[in-house]
Amino acid sequence: MNAIREFFRTFLLFELLRGMALTGRHLFARKITIQYPDEKTPQSPRFRGLHALRRYPNGEERCIACKLCEAVCPALAITIESEQRTDGTRRTTRYEIDLTKCIFCGFCEESCPVDSIVETRLFEYHGERRGDLVYTKEMLLAIGDRYERQIASDRAADAAYR
Amino acid sequence: MDFFQQLLGPAWPLVWTTLKIVAIVLPIMGAVAYLTLAERKVIGYIQVRIGPNRVGPRGLLQPIADALKLLTKEIIIPAGANRFLFLLAPVISIMAALAAWAVIPFDAHLVLADVNAGLLYVLAITSMGVYGVIIAGWASNSKYAFLGGLRSAAQIVAYEIAMGFALVGVLMMSNSLNLGDIVRAQEGRAGLLSWNWIPLFPMFVVYVISAVAETNRAPFDVAEGESEIVAGFHVEYSGMAFAIFFLAEYANMILVSTLAAIMFLGGWLSPVPGLPGGVHWLLLKVVFGLFFFLWFRATFPRYRYDQIMRLGWKVFIPVTLVWLLVVGVWMRTPLWLWN
Repeated sequence: MNAIREFFRTFLLFELLRGMALTGRHLFARKITIQYPDEKTPQSPRFRGLHALRRYPNGEERCIACKLCEAVCPALAITIESEQRTDGTRRTTRYEIDLTKCIFCGFCEESCPVDSIVETRLFEYHGERRGDLVYTKEMLLAIGDRYERQIASDRAADAAYR
Repeated sequence: MDFFQQLLGPAWPLVWTTLKIVAIVLPIMGAVAYLTLAERKVIGYIQVRIGPNRVGPRGLLQPIADALKLLTKEIIIPAGANRFLFLLAPVISIMAALAAWAVIPFDAHLVLADVNAGLLYVLAITSMGVYGVIIAGWASNSKYAFLGGLRSAAQIVAYEIAMGFALVGVLMMSNSLNLGDIVRAQEGRAGLLSWNWIPLFPMFVVYVISAVAETNRAPFDVAEGESEIVAGFHVEYSGMAFAIFFLAEYANMILVSTLAAIMFLGGWLSPVPGLPGGVHWLLLKVVFGLFFFLWFRATFPRYRYDQIMRLGWKVFIPVTLVWLLVVGVWMRTPLWLWN
């Protein structure tokens, strides 16, 4: 009996018609396309994009060359060299992130004891030549200076959950 | 017109026929171009996307951009390919797809060649199309193309028979092979209820599904099967040679939709009793049929190869044969309503 019912369901194209009804409904569904350069999807304050190095309000760079980020980086994308500055503090002489290696896991930001290295919301950047995506200390500090306001507000928004 | 007739003398019929052919082929080419856009739009909408909308207003110039791109691309002929057959294959495909239009009646008197054996001519010409696919598959000297050609050959043979049997039902209804007479035989007081699709409904369904298989469209596109054999028979083709195959496929889609409209849906006749018939009704029915082609493609996954063979040989042919018998007996009883 079951086999006969099954036969008629297939023979009379019942299942195929149900499939077409489903796609037919989707024809009139609201379209979810975001037309990217004109429209953008909303971003979370936790978005992990391009990196930046931050400064204190007095202009002093935060990074103290502890190298925790270099140690924690699973992709070995961070290279740090350091020295003692004339005022006796330890500072980086070289801080490079190879963005072709970086997997944007956010561990560097998690590990930083002084909230120096952060990941911003920027994701629209590119390189045209080999090496363009190795970001130096100066470039990272410049990004931090330029987007400090948004970086700070994003950290403040997320502070309650950390 | 008389002026030209005197000017050209005996060459006039040739010129006049050529002009009529151009008047049929150019709109078909335009329809093919915009069918590709319609396909991308409809399938996009079904997949909850919006489809192409960047070239021109609402993407309306997209087919022109595509055509220009293909025109400027290089035609690569593989090293081991048979050069002559490789270039002949797309020509055969497009020839078959366009030649069949000669006998299509667009309106009561609007037909290029009012051939009495029109239906036989259409069947013969559309069967030629598969040679394009087989030759392309063989001449490419590529295993994927070869597999695509083989699959297409077996598939077309299976479905041509079912399609032929479905059309025998149409012949029984109209007692004529002339496509114009087939439409005229469907004229009746009941509008769309007196068309062939009601008494021949199982054959109509078989015809529609066979038509999808004949044109190698999803879900019967095993000859292409991009996820199994890359692009099947046209994997080695590029530029305009590929575009010709593409053109032929879409022209074939329009052709089989037109044939379905003529043979089962009353051609140029109006569906409402009272209203005058005309070419616009035929166009409407063709567009309706084409929409189903796109809808099928957006809905069904590709059939497995043995399933295609089983469906063709063990389902469609018996169904059409049984229904031929039923219709034959039915026509002799007083219960027959379609005279």
